[in-house]
Amino acid sequence: MAGMSELTASQRFQAFANPARFMALSDRLLPFCVVVTALLLAAGLYLSLFDSPADYQQGETVRIMYIHVPSAWLAMFGYMVMAGSSAVALVFRHPLADIAAKSAAPIGAAFTFLALVTGSLWGRPMWGTWWVWDARLTSMLILFFLYLGYMALWATIEEPVRAGRAAAVLALVGSINVPIIHYSVVWWNTLHQPASVFRIGGPAIATSMLMPLLIMALGFTLFFVTLLLLRMRTEILRRRVRVLRLARTGR
Amino acid sequence: MIRAFKTLVFRDTKLAIRVGGGAGMAVFFFLTVTAIVPLGIGPNLKLLGNIAPGMLWVALLLSALLTLDRLFQADFEDGSLDLLMTGAMPLELVAAAKALSHWLTTGLPLVVAAPLLGLLLNLDTAAFGPLVLAMLIGTPALSFLGAIGAALTVSVRRGGLLASLLVIPFYIPVLIFGVGAAGGGGVSAVPGAGGQSLLLLGAVALVSLVLGPVAAAAALRANLR
Repeated sequence: MAGMSELTASQRFQAFANPARFMALSDRLLPFCVVVTALLLAAGLYLSLFDSPADYQQGETVRIMYIHVPSAWLAMFGYMVMAGSSAVALVFRHPLADIAAKSAAPIGAAFTFLALVTGSLWGRPMWGTWWVWDARLTSMLILFFLYLGYMALWATIEEPVRAGRAAAVLALVGSINVPIIHYSVVWWNTLHQPASVFRIGGPAIATSMLMPLLIMALGFTLFFVTLLLLRMRTEILRRRVRVLRLARTGR
Repeated sequence: MIRAFKTLVFRDTKLAIRVGGGAGMAVFFFLTVTAIVPLGIGPNLKLLGNIAPGMLWVALLLSALLTLDRLFQADFEDGSLDLLMTGAMPLELVAAAKALSHWLTTGLPLVVAAPLLGLLLNLDTAAFGPLVLAMLIGTPALSFLGAIGAALTVSVRRGGLLASLLVIPFYIPVLIFGVGAAGGGGVSAVPGAGGQSLLLLGAVALVSLVLGPVAAAAALRANLR
């Protein structure tokens, strides 16, 4: 008698844990996600590339920001999704959490890569060099390594359940270490401009640039969600195929 | 419990020191890596002296990585890890004992060898003390964080390389604060930065003493269900 409300809550939780239920739900959700993502990205790209002012110092190169900054946000958001799902996977043995963490990793890694590449392209006219060893670039690069390590661990352990557990442990250790690494690197050196959107005293960026940036960020986030749902569906189907194959060879 | 812990530390240390254990390899590797640095960048003593603390730390890191697969691999292969898991001692304590013996047989000899290699790289005499102190504080962190990587890859054949790739990002704070405390890198110009980074290095080491065994035990459980 652990209390009826807890029981129903966990039952409700269980309902989402059911992969078949997830497949049905995501099937209905996906077209909606795709359409909204496309609209937001189209609007965001128009606003940021044509309908926003050039910077008085940086000129037209400032438009790289509309890709660079959302990518960097999504790179960190992706790791948070991965670590959060890993925690759920380890504690509640939730089968979908496992799949969510695995599916989030390559998307997060891709955004990290995009942030690094656009940052490098932006740094060339601004700083006169493709790469500087400043704190933010360095910790982004390290975040990229963490993603790669996580994916490599999934790729080397054959059995999915075992690989999932090990990878979840790695993601959680990483989530504890990411702030430590970040602050050690900040302490080490900094040359990059300080954060200018989320800071005490409100954004230090003109509204004409902030609007397109926020729309792009929202569009990127929905793009992330769409890709995550797609990849999770693919992973579930892949596991079904694997089980069917094993069953057939077993016969 | 403490007796079991001690016994395990002794056993692992003995196994590492005796023939086939490969405890001396890390020191030898440390020596060779340090020796090829001047060959690569030229025999300019002034330049060598400037980069000596950083180079010694990087070489130390690589040497510590090289021996990680020894932590759990052999015990996994001959089945003694299964026995340890079913035994009365908590798996976290087992991991801690193994990491401690890894430090005794790799970290400590590397620290002892470091001043000698400092001579080869024309390290400033005033920097010897801080360097050895920083390494004494920092090397346990390398063993305890390394245990996580070793435990994650224990069931992977030839997992040593993968373990290194997983662990290197976690070693970065140790490297940064270690070099800072030893008076190298870009931070030595700030007065008092050496002492500050020594404290931060100590903090990182203490965190890894807690995090390492817990995470390594969780990873072992995941791998050996």
